[in-house]
Amino acid sequence: MSAPVYIVGLGVISGIGNNVAEHLASFEQAKAGMGDITTLNTIHKGQLPVAEVKLSNEQLVATTGLPERSSRTALLSYVAAREALDDAGIPNLNSLRVGFVSANTVGGMDKSEDFYVQFHADDNKGKLRNIFDHECGSMTEIVADQLGIGDFITTVSTACSSSANSIFYGARLIRNDMLDVVVAGGVDSLTKLTLNGFNTLMILDKEFCKPFDENRAGLNLGEGAGYVVMVSDKVRSMLAKQPYCVISGYNNSNDAYHQTASSPDGTGSYMAMKGALDKAGLQPSDIDYINLHGTGTLNNDSAEGTAIKRLFDPEYPPVSSTKSFTGHTLGASGGVEAVFSVLAIKNQIIYPNLRFETQMSELSFKPETRFMKNQHIKHVMSNSFGFGGNCTSLIFSAV
Amino acid sequence: MKVFIRSAACISAQKTFKNDGFLDDITEYVGTRLTIIEPDYKEYFDPKAVRRMSPVVKRGVAAALECLKQADVKMPGAIVTGTAFGCMTDTVTFMNRLVDDNEEMLPPTAFIQSTHNTVAAQVALSLQCHAYNNTFVHKGISFESALLDGVMLLKEQETKNVLVGGTEEMVDVSFKVLTRLGLFKRWPISNLELFKTESKGTIGGEGCAFFLLNDEPSADNLAELTAIKVLYQPQNIAESISSFLADNGLNPADVDLVITGKNGDIKNDAIYQPLISDLFIHNAIANYKHLCGEYPVSSSFALWLAANILKRCEVPEVVYERDSPVDIQKTVLIYNHYQGKYHSLMLVSAI
Repeated sequence: MSAPVYIVGLGVISGIGNNVAEHLASFEQAKAGMGDITTLNTIHKGQLPVAEVKLSNEQLVATTGLPERSSRTALLSYVAAREALDDAGIPNLNSLRVGFVSANTVGGMDKSEDFYVQFHADDNKGKLRNIFDHECGSMTEIVADQLGIGDFITTVSTACSSSANSIFYGARLIRNDMLDVVVAGGVDSLTKLTLNGFNTLMILDKEFCKPFDENRAGLNLGEGAGYVVMVSDKVRSMLAKQPYCVISGYNNSNDAYHQTASSPDGTGSYMAMKGALDKAGLQPSDIDYINLHGTGTLNNDSAEGTAIKRLFDPEYPPVSSTKSFTGHTLGASGGVEAVFSVLAIKNQIIYPNLRFETQMSELSFKPETRFMKNQHIKHVMSNSFGFGGNCTSLIFSAV
Repeated sequence: MKVFIRSAACISAQKTFKNDGFLDDITEYVGTRLTIIEPDYKEYFDPKAVRRMSPVVKRGVAAALECLKQADVKMPGAIVTGTAFGCMTDTVTFMNRLVDDNEEMLPPTAFIQSTHNTVAAQVALSLQCHAYNNTFVHKGISFESALLDGVMLLKEQETKNVLVGGTEEMVDVSFKVLTRLGLFKRWPISNLELFKTESKGTIGGEGCAFFLLNDEPSADNLAELTAIKVLYQPQNIAESISSFLADNGLNPADVDLVITGKNGDIKNDAIYQPLISDLFIHNAIANYKHLCGEYPVSSSFALWLAANILKRCEVPEVVYERDSPVDIQKTVLIYNHYQGKYHSLMLVSAI
């Protein structure tokens, strides 16, 4: 049951790049992805910055070959999942048991929103092709069909921790010997529902977000997709390439405090990190870098910071929130940041936390602000916390 | 290691919740949509809190709490749910305000409660349960994905018990959209006549069912969940079922009762007919969707049915398509598919 699960492929798309290479370049150049809204037809245009993927739906359709009517969620998902699977380069994939475990929170809501305007006025109106793929599961199905994966497909939705949980579930499908290869991660595209939803909660920063800063004022929404390809030991031995790392620890705990707010002491976050360390058989001092959940809201960063303090004090590893680049990609963030965590090990790098100025008064640590090369990175922790108290931490370890 | 169903609680279109009877007083519906028989929520929530809860949240949490009560378990070791559509009432409420008020002055409550993990989260919150918590949202295998997660957690010895549920609500908007998409019959029909007319379309339904899975043998367990398998677009379902049974050391003839996912739609039901007249020619056959309607996690109703059949050694007359020559049922196979793409097999055995 404790057989190793190797990461052998990566794919990512977000506001700072359309593939892994572009992301690494943006990190090194400290190039954030936020800007004015261009894709959504919303009254918040020009008011609230977001980190959009810099490709229109038309461009994504042209790149992917998916139908014109496709949801942006499915389009983004396919770009990143395809990159991951190509990167893995697994020969004779058809002879193996392959699964696709994806996550999202919005499904085809971008298209449903178009449908709903007409439907709401007259329920016999609204183009059915815009609502047909409304469900979260439809996004996964569309992409699995494109990838030719059919042995097992499913979708996780636990708000902002969704794709950390899909990676976690995918790894367990391999450990339980149900599958040999799993492409896992998640996606979300920007929608009016989420933009307005987060706006009603008054947690959107009107400026570019400042995670883990004393004067932070909220998050910026982003969009994107991130996937890892995980394989069993048997499949790894068939590959010409070396695996990037193993997934050594994971834990899912519930804060059980409030539907949306985190507990002040970060109970759920603490339990998730502690549980992942225990699962990996590691001590806090073994962790070389934490990719923070770090949304930039007062509540999250305070709760997460407090939990880190409780677990790591007085020796803190370097920490940073890459949401200062990508914005908060919601259901995709766990997948996107898992890719960054693996790349940190592969390239021995640490990402900067942009726009950080003032250390949070309640914390005795601050995020790394420089792009650091030639680091000794063996174990990376990736945090993903969400609505509903869903807290998940993953640990990736060099082989 | 064996996985047992310790308890099951089901809120449905029938009197399945907190009822000593077992489908012996059937509710008839005429139309194309079955509604829920709402329980008395006072036992589970403060009446003021109930008013703020959407149907799927109050039904889901009540079913979860009742399931734990029946199992005499205060704190589950994990909470896992499945739902294809999530919290539609709150999603629609928020969408209506979004359109009507042109994105201005929106209240946050509906958005907060609209995420797909709300039921699992509210169960955790009401129990103060910090354990593993997950939600699967994959169309017709949302519940099966959750169940599989629960089985794996037990096999990994992560915990001694897992609370697993399937929850779905049908709101007017979904019913209208699904009707326009051609899922439901065009004329009203009695649910009790569902399998008597050959026509296109089924009847819509909704429901919430929770199960406490554990790994401890006990006379109090309802049944054993022997195996579960999910298939995506299988080439040959008869072969898939045979090999699933063979993997579990069984021949088709060893199954006492096959519960099918027939829903009254001729196209949907076509796949079951050759199985009933060939692979399972000698088996008793039962159906359930005339009782609860069609919805993505309806297999959770079927599992509730199977667990109770095995515990009570009794098959309600209303579910039989083909009667059984034997009295006591030892092994029940549930075979359901959702819109032809997602197929699931659950093997349930007497303890």
